[in-house]
Amino acid sequence: MIGTPGAPVEAPREVTVAHAPRRAGSTPWRLLLRRPTFIAGAVILLFWITCALFGTAIAPHSPFAQQLLATNMRPSAAHWFGTDQLGRDVFSRVLVGSRSILEIAALATVLGTVLGTALGLVMGYLGGVVDLLVSRIVEAVLAVPLIILALLFVTALGSSVLVITLVVGFIFTPLIARTVRSAVLVESQLDYLSSARLLGENSARVMFVEILPNVMPAILVEFTVRLGYAIFTVVALSFLGLGIQPPTPDWGADITANYGVLPAGYWWETIFPALAIMSLIIGVNLVTDSIEQVLAS
Amino acid sequence: MTAADTTTAAGTGGGTGPAVTVEQMDVTYKVRGQDRLALRDISFQIGRNESYGLVGESGSGKSTVALALTRYLPRNGRVSAGSIRINGIDPLALGNTSLRELRARTVSMVYQEPGRALNPSIKVGRQIAEVYEIAGLDRKSALERSEAMLRKVQISDPGRVMERYPHQLSGGMAQRAVIAMALAAEPSLLILDEPTTALDVTVEAEVLDLVAALRDEFDTSVLFISHNLAVIAKMCDRVGVLYAGELIEEGVAREVFDQPRHPYTVGLLRCIPRRGQRKDNGRLDTIPGFLPPPGHSLTGCIFAARCPIAEERCRTAAPPAFAISPTRSSRCYLHEQTPDLPRNTPVNVELVSHRDAATAIVRVQGLSKTFDSRGEAVKALVGVDLSIERGETLGLVGESGSGKTTLARALLGLIAPDEGSIVELDSRPLEADARRRPREQLKALQIVFQNPDSALNRRHTVRRLISRPIARLAGLSGARLRERLADLVTSVRLEERHLALRPSQLSGGLKQRVAIARAFAGGPRIVVCDEPTSALDVSVQAAILNLLVDLQAKEQVTYLFISHDLGLVRYLSDRIAVLYLGRVMELGPAETVFAGPHHPYTEALLSAVPSLDGLHTERIRLSGEIPSAADPPSGCVFHTRCPRRLPTGICESTEPPLLEVAPGHLMSCHIPLDELRTLQDTGQAP
Amino acid sequence: MATYLLRRLGLAVITLWLLSMIVFFAGQVLPGDPGRAILGPLAAQSSVRVLDQQLGVDRPLVTQYWSWVSGLVHGNMGQSYEFRSPVEPFIHAALLNSVKLAALAFIVVVPLGILGGVIAALNVGRPIDRVISITGLSATTVSEVVSGVIIIVIFGVELKWFPVSASAGTGASDLSQLDHLILPAIPLVLVLFGYIARMARAGTIEALESDYARTATLKGLKRSVVIRRHILRNSLLPTITVIATQTGYLFGGLVIVETLFNYQGIGKLIYTAASGKDFPMLEAGVLTIGIVYMVATLIADVLYTLLNPRLRLGSTG
Repeated sequence: MIGTPGAPVEAPREVTVAHAPRRAGSTPWRLLLRRPTFIAGAVILLFWITCALFGTAIAPHSPFAQQLLATNMRPSAAHWFGTDQLGRDVFSRVLVGSRSILEIAALATVLGTVLGTALGLVMGYLGGVVDLLVSRIVEAVLAVPLIILALLFVTALGSSVLVITLVVGFIFTPLIARTVRSAVLVESQLDYLSSARLLGENSARVMFVEILPNVMPAILVEFTVRLGYAIFTVVALSFLGLGIQPPTPDWGADITANYGVLPAGYWWETIFPALAIMSLIIGVNLVTDSIEQVLAS
Repeated sequence: MTAADTTTAAGTGGGTGPAVTVEQMDVTYKVRGQDRLALRDISFQIGRNESYGLVGESGSGKSTVALALTRYLPRNGRVSAGSIRINGIDPLALGNTSLRELRARTVSMVYQEPGRALNPSIKVGRQIAEVYEIAGLDRKSALERSEAMLRKVQISDPGRVMERYPHQLSGGMAQRAVIAMALAAEPSLLILDEPTTALDVTVEAEVLDLVAALRDEFDTSVLFISHNLAVIAKMCDRVGVLYAGELIEEGVAREVFDQPRHPYTVGLLRCIPRRGQRKDNGRLDTIPGFLPPPGHSLTGCIFAARCPIAEERCRTAAPPAFAISPTRSSRCYLHEQTPDLPRNTPVNVELVSHRDAATAIVRVQGLSKTFDSRGEAVKALVGVDLSIERGETLGLVGESGSGKTTLARALLGLIAPDEGSIVELDSRPLEADARRRPREQLKALQIVFQNPDSALNRRHTVRRLISRPIARLAGLSGARLRERLADLVTSVRLEERHLALRPSQLSGGLKQRVAIARAFAGGPRIVVCDEPTSALDVSVQAAILNLLVDLQAKEQVTYLFISHDLGLVRYLSDRIAVLYLGRVMELGPAETVFAGPHHPYTEALLSAVPSLDGLHTERIRLSGEIPSAADPPSGCVFHTRCPRRLPTGICESTEPPLLEVAPGHLMSCHIPLDELRTLQDTGQAP
Repeated sequence: MATYLLRRLGLAVITLWLLSMIVFFAGQVLPGDPGRAILGPLAAQSSVRVLDQQLGVDRPLVTQYWSWVSGLVHGNMGQSYEFRSPVEPFIHAALLNSVKLAALAFIVVVPLGILGGVIAALNVGRPIDRVISITGLSATTVSEVVSGVIIIVIFGVELKWFPVSASAGTGASDLSQLDHLILPAIPLVLVLFGYIARMARAGTIEALESDYARTATLKGLKRSVVIRRHILRNSLLPTITVIATQTGYLFGGLVIVETLFNYQGIGKLIYTAASGKDFPMLEAGVLTIGIVYMVATLIADVLYTLLNPRLRLGSTG
């Protein structure tokens, strides 16, 4: 009868298996390392992180060096990915171009996750006005695609690395808060929170010591999912000319810069940055997918 | 004229052989590339019109038997050896069409959650009619037959139920509809897998009666699967006991339960409190150790590690099934010794009772709680008056929706009672919200929840889980905390090595011990036990109950023990309160309440519980559903279901007060006590 | 149910109002001085002030917001800075174009996604499932920037099967218009396919594993009947909501696709407005997308409620 939260089932609905204690050791981490998809994703990510950190040292040419006598060269042994309209080595620009995107996407996601987690815990556990208000804001933010909202704010504030990072981070905040909130609501149904109340624990301790560790898996998944979206958004912004400004190497900006000569058949100048974006997003998604699978099992 | 004989059935042909023959069947699940044996060397027969029970604890493989018979094993499972015959047909050898025929005409199945067995987006009537349509009837006559079938399962208004969606039916009603669907094809074998486990006792009793009646009417063989020995004892002619995937004992149900011939069966039966057994005169026996892990490769008897009389040969060679009599078999070399099986825990205990009936430690007056459910006021508790005496165990019984958990939560300060409710500890009011209670009040009242998976933070270690309440409530730290921790761990019979583990690494019983240690950490005066064993298997339950009894004597605590299981409450409680729709119906010393004369509702509860002793006390049955607490009946709230309702109309119009009918015995009923005594002593059914 | 719908409508209005605040804040508070932004850093302060006055942006913020919102309610979405004329005609024309493109993508992707998801679920764990799932996941995750470029290279530049520009020019026949829309629709289809297939697959797997699927199978029904009558009815319900939510993402993708293929839709309009710092146009565009999204989810919720007996009838005894 009672459809209220906190009124538990009174008939026995489940029977616990009286098996021998499970052996420790099959940690989620080990389960992850056993998955080929995770390994593949992690290798891709590590590759691009290495490029972001040491790109200029690895790259065979300077990404800025123009060779006006060797513009629009097809891929060759000297220039694996060819050269662009200004005769710059596309391969080097692709390697070095990983830096800006990873920097912005990672920082924005970290910002959104930290703020969103704190907000989500408060919304889910304390409820009340904050919960009502933020829930509505989330709805409003969700009504407009991320890219368009980011476009609006970045246009208003003027484009810079800091602005893009903050804008994406702040837009993520209510979205991540919503995910954390629903994970917290699931936890709120559990008796260990009643137990904590019976020990007279204060709200901060309940939120951060009791609940937070239990919603960490959900936050981790959300983080990786959002990282994918952040890359998506940053690429789109640069493509639309609102991201990193030339001549700094950047995948999205390079596509825009060379897109005009695509009909002329100079496909390598756009396709390689495009494939780089694709590989990075696939890498992130492979990792996300494996983490989700491991947590679900 | 039945659906089955409108077409000539290829597979249903009556015949005289057994309905089911299973021979030396193994079932294997492939888990992470490795084969795991879930059932090993299972052989049994079910005769025509026979009711065969399979009983076992969780992990015994009983549901797998049903899946194998219907050929509905999950994709990673298969029958890896042996054979199955249903009416002489091997379901494993059938092609798709013949398998469908077998399922349509010969075998039907009912399982635990009736609400989930029905398709949520199709009307109940259509779902039943499908069965007739498969048999070749047109839609109109199929619907007519369905309505007739619903009437057969004693649904009073079948026309309306036909038009309903499953979520609009109560659990008991939905299970009737499922049974109607299962019997519509007039199968020769009906498989019931825990059909009443999710239902309340009074509803369970009705459904069991119905199954028994229909079985006679339809001439159906029944395979009844349950963890509940008493239900099996009541429903089955013969029974097989499953343990860790093996059929360890088999025979006529009455004989198996009266004279078990396998140490496991003996142990299992000794774990259950019997009539007349109480905490101070007969301790429950326990089965030490754990079920072998799934897919084990033990060489000897699978029970040897937990068996008190195991010998060398038990550990080296698996025992065959010994035929004890033409109707009995046991997989035990030592089956002759089982009547004198030594106990794992001594039967006699010296219990020091600290009971002080003169002092009320907790007093509750006019306690009400109204929940708001989608704009409807749901009255979970209505003016409850009771007190808990120092050192006693007060048992709280009632079906779902009776408000027993709400009462406990209100005492603990986890939900705020309505205005005007009085809750006192030592004659001083308790803060309504636990968060505002001073440490002394928090310390005094603690709880053991039903489900330890929910009650223990799964990210914390056992050490942390137990240390925190010691620090918070007892205010200890450093060496004194460690001392108290060690003391508690010993008291609840955990081991030092468990401290570093997390709940997921513990079995259900061990987890509940951790939860008990937490409840006792601060030196509480009252511990609420909210169905503390209902999520556990019987063999684990006994050990937990013994522990609770010991701790009460040692720590001098008072218990409020909540359970839907009357046997447990009777075993443990000094006094009992019976709740119905948030009101106390009866309150008194345990033996008085059980001996009678009882309140008609108590009487109905007692009649509804199947008994292992074979004493049939089934005098009265409740009909109908438990009314909604959002819209309780007028007058006495029990009058809509009361079989002893007075013809004067007073029950419908006036709510009876809770009066003291004998010293310490309170009842809320218009029928005078003497009249109740006459009615109940003569066993007169209304 | 009527109260539910009213409640749902009320919430949508509140959300829209919040969205208008966010958009106003971003478009008219954050950028600072619009006159300066339009005229550039070299213009005289006096002319900036005159322009600000003409634009009405020298008034207090509350007044500005109020006149903007009341304008919106009356269908007046503001004056474009760039064209110095009302924005509605631009929005109207662009939205119409975008709807054509979006509709084409939807007509292709919805059946395809559902079919893919259901086929994958019926063969869960088998190679066909892996192929569909992984294709879906990859397609979803690859930005339209990437897929758009690759598609142009392959079909437009190398194979020359389809025109690279989405606009057929004025006066072109419907058929030729369709021809021009095929390439730009592909990136949108790719992104949506994964989401829809994933949802359909998850719902179908859940239904397949349910007790009622077992009941239906053990009744002796044919597998095709079990799937059609018992599984799909329940499994595709959540997919409706996903499809509605995806319209939002679809419009996000339009900004890129329309820019890439030079198509005069709402996405291109927003992009142009952003580049030219034409905030009234930008705000109107963003708000329009928000409204489209909310109408789509509202329709989906109503459909969901109508198709789900649990919500339609509530629970009684």
